[in-house]
Amino acid sequence: MKQLAVASLLQLAVLLAVAPLASGVIKTLKARMQTRRGPGILQPYRDLFKLWRKNMVVPDSASWIFAVAPYVVFLTAAAVGLMIPMIAWEAPLGLFGGVLAIIYLLGLGRFFLALAGLDAGTAFGGMGSSREMTISALAEPAMMLAVFTVAIAAGSTSLTEVARSAAGQSWRFLAPSQILAFSALFIVLIAETGRIPVDNPATHLELTMIHEAMILEYSGRYLALIEWGASIKQLVLMTLLVNVFFPFGLSASWRAPALAIALGVYLLKLLALGALIVLVETTNAKLRLFRVPELLAVAFILGALALISSFLF
Amino acid sequence: MGSSLDLDSSFLAHLFTAGLWAYMAGGATGLIAWRRAEWARGLSFGLAALGAVLGGAAALLTLLAGTTVRWDLASGVPFLRYSLTLDPLAAFFNLALALVALAISVYSQGYVKREGAGVLGCLYNLLLLALALVFTASNAFFFLVAWEVMALTAYGLVSFEHHHESTRDAGILFFILSHAGTACLLAGFLLLVQAAGGYDFAAFGEAARTLSPARRDAVFLLFLAGFGVKAGVIPLHVWLPAAHPVAPSNVSALMSGIMIKTGIYGLIRVTFQFLTPPEPWWGGLILVVGIVSALLGVLYALMEHDLKRLLAYHSIENIGIILLGLGSALLFQASGHERLAALALVAGLYHTLNHAIFKALLFLGAGAVLHSTGTRNMEEMGGLIRRMPATAFYFLIGSIAISGLPPLNGFVSEWLTYQALLAGYGTTQSLSRLMFPIAGSLLALTAALAAACFVKAFGISFLALPRSEQAGQAHEASFSMRAGMFVLAAACVVLGLGATWFLPVFDPITGSLVGPAVSSDLRAGAGFVLVAGSARAGTVSPLGISGLLVALLAVPALLWLLWARGTKRRRGPVWDCGLQRVTAANEYTATAFSKPIRMIFAALYRPTREIEAEFEVSPYFPKAIRFESEIEPAFEKRLYDPLKEWILALAGRFRGIQAGSIHAYLAYIFVTLILLLVFGARP
Repeated sequence: MKQLAVASLLQLAVLLAVAPLASGVIKTLKARMQTRRGPGILQPYRDLFKLWRKNMVVPDSASWIFAVAPYVVFLTAAAVGLMIPMIAWEAPLGLFGGVLAIIYLLGLGRFFLALAGLDAGTAFGGMGSSREMTISALAEPAMMLAVFTVAIAAGSTSLTEVARSAAGQSWRFLAPSQILAFSALFIVLIAETGRIPVDNPATHLELTMIHEAMILEYSGRYLALIEWGASIKQLVLMTLLVNVFFPFGLSASWRAPALAIALGVYLLKLLALGALIVLVETTNAKLRLFRVPELLAVAFILGALALISSFLF
Repeated sequence: MGSSLDLDSSFLAHLFTAGLWAYMAGGATGLIAWRRAEWARGLSFGLAALGAVLGGAAALLTLLAGTTVRWDLASGVPFLRYSLTLDPLAAFFNLALALVALAISVYSQGYVKREGAGVLGCLYNLLLLALALVFTASNAFFFLVAWEVMALTAYGLVSFEHHHESTRDAGILFFILSHAGTACLLAGFLLLVQAAGGYDFAAFGEAARTLSPARRDAVFLLFLAGFGVKAGVIPLHVWLPAAHPVAPSNVSALMSGIMIKTGIYGLIRVTFQFLTPPEPWWGGLILVVGIVSALLGVLYALMEHDLKRLLAYHSIENIGIILLGLGSALLFQASGHERLAALALVAGLYHTLNHAIFKALLFLGAGAVLHSTGTRNMEEMGGLIRRMPATAFYFLIGSIAISGLPPLNGFVSEWLTYQALLAGYGTTQSLSRLMFPIAGSLLALTAALAAACFVKAFGISFLALPRSEQAGQAHEASFSMRAGMFVLAAACVVLGLGATWFLPVFDPITGSLVGPAVSSDLRAGAGFVLVAGSARAGTVSPLGISGLLVALLAVPALLWLLWARGTKRRRGPVWDCGLQRVTAANEYTATAFSKPIRMIFAALYRPTREIEAEFEVSPYFPKAIRFESEIEPAFEKRLYDPLKEWILALAGRFRGIQAGSIHAYLAYIFVTLILLLVFGARP
């Protein structure tokens, strides 16, 4: 019980601290790839700190949904972060839910954020909500197929079990089904975190924005919670990818020396995945909204192929 | 729990029968007191609530005791028996009926208008009576009588506001399809009765084993079609989105919540009790029907901006999800995986109960909005969360539950369904095992689209600025209406957070239908955690998740104490891009919200649109724009219209023998008699 509490608090601390860093590193790497200097990897912390201490303006037309949504987004993302294996095999609160609960909890956060987008009564908010719900709905079956492929291989939807079963066979990620499932989930990651070619996190151009359109009316502490929540969600999905498919380096216990090494390996794995995201973002142009379903259909087909190849091989 | 409750079975029979009498008395007082509308309403809906309490108590006690109670009602006709059996399955459906009926009866006290209250109360009570009898009758003849009473009273209720033409049309459509379904049931029962030599349900299981495989398949298909019409599975669903919206909202809630579940009840009864052991392809067929209904149901729902029609299409979707559980249970049963069959059956039954509750809640919420604004069109609502805070809150609870989001009840049953589908992969080595994960991924698509649809339904109807004058002057629902909605909303929360404590209720059902009792397999961690068969296969804890969400509030609270205590929150207008103030006309509409889906699935919808713009100088400065968009009702146009034409043409050919001559008719009767004697006399 005591170990569980320590493990949860430790993972929560890593989660909250590393999430903005991951966003900062990706931003800086991207700037370097485009031969810009970039704002520095600590910029997200400075942004969050500044937003947190600012006064807020809430639209006249908004109801209590507007005030509740940032908390739901933040809390669901943080809760999910405690239900995945991050630096140790064992997810501290994995008993509370496996991969299905994680997908659905993130869905709860999105549900409230989309409602908040409609709440202010502007055209932009509604546009963002509509697009966000559409794209996430289309990403869902691809995600589920890839997740099922992994869950079937492990015989469990519990992520602790998934990581443990993969850890026994460290070269399993070379199996065709794993490569295909990874590719499918990578596309889903791009779509879910609102990155190019699906959405552009750096734009406020009304015709193209999705995530940014929903949160256009937010300011101050609410905005900080949403941004922080979004970066935690991104970290959670990235962690899911690196630890499910490449589970090496995960610590078997919650003891300090093993954990320190595991944390180092984990950060390196994140850096590699972040570099991959940056590469995709830099070498692609944003897709027109109605081309996005085609990309997600590719992800679905990759997921289906992963499943079939896990049946064949 | 097992049989720790020792109850006299005649007490349960009397309790249940007393509930039936209360419904009958409620129906009678509605008619007797019809001149005094307030009395009629108070008495008939009050007696309905009493009947629900009595019937629900009998059902709950039967379930907890895990017993089966059998008794007969006096019929007055020699060889006709009105036999009732309250076994665990019947008790479960009666429990769902009682819970929903209680909430609706309380709600109706405030909702039902004065004019016609007596007639409405009478029909409503008769429908409740018929539903309770359909779930309890254990004699084919009696079952069909109850089934017919249900169809007729439902027809009366659908056509209740018959001064609208669309209502009358919907009523007729319901009437025709309902009877087509009953004809299938009749044929199915006749085949069984012929084999069993009697009408009693108890004899059917033995008798069905003597049937040839082709006859068994025929019986299954007849029942699937007959019960499928009532459940509203695609493609037999067309009556549902027409009939549910036009009925008074309290009746819509009862129809969507419980009446369509009689189809589910019948399917379970037939496939798990009469036609055992099932053929593998039956389960596969139900699985396919389920996933098609779920996906098409939600896709059509997304295109609706009539709030009640939208909810009606979601009933089709949820029936599909229930069928995923049932279909997998049948498949597992056929392949001898009894524990998995029990898990899948629990998933299906739990979703049946959950859907009954949140769908009734949503229809009652929609009724409160209709009552207050006078419109079902979402484009004319908006901003209701300020005028009707309680209704909005309950509707939000229902929306979260139906979208399958944690920690409410819809999540739990969808999670169980996923687990059943995932486990299905291991039950066979053939290629058909791929069916399970694919069904699971389409379920994920369905659930995500449902969430999108309820963001639209709640967001457009209740949030932002009022889109019409009526919406701006809406008033909160009355106390009894709020009380009815509260009961159902509380049930959504309790059945979500307390799922593990509710699961033992399913033990006697799975015990009697598939063999094992699995609730102990589904609980761990002192009952706080729900597990999928074994703790290794997957766990979830809605209660734990809720606790975690609350505990994590400490993070923002702490940071607020540290750095944000001095910050202020002020209200201001939204950014209007430099134009005049943002008004309701700037808001995103329901049509616009679902536009991306309409474009992406254009192959299914075949949307057509018409735009007319009026302008004076340049088309860039329009004065007025009229936009009209329609989707093609595929099943109505491509399946039912040709069928209708064909039937009319066929009927036209028979017109010749309807000459109107009494001599010709006498000749027909004579010939028929001779034929019957010739064929009927054969041994």
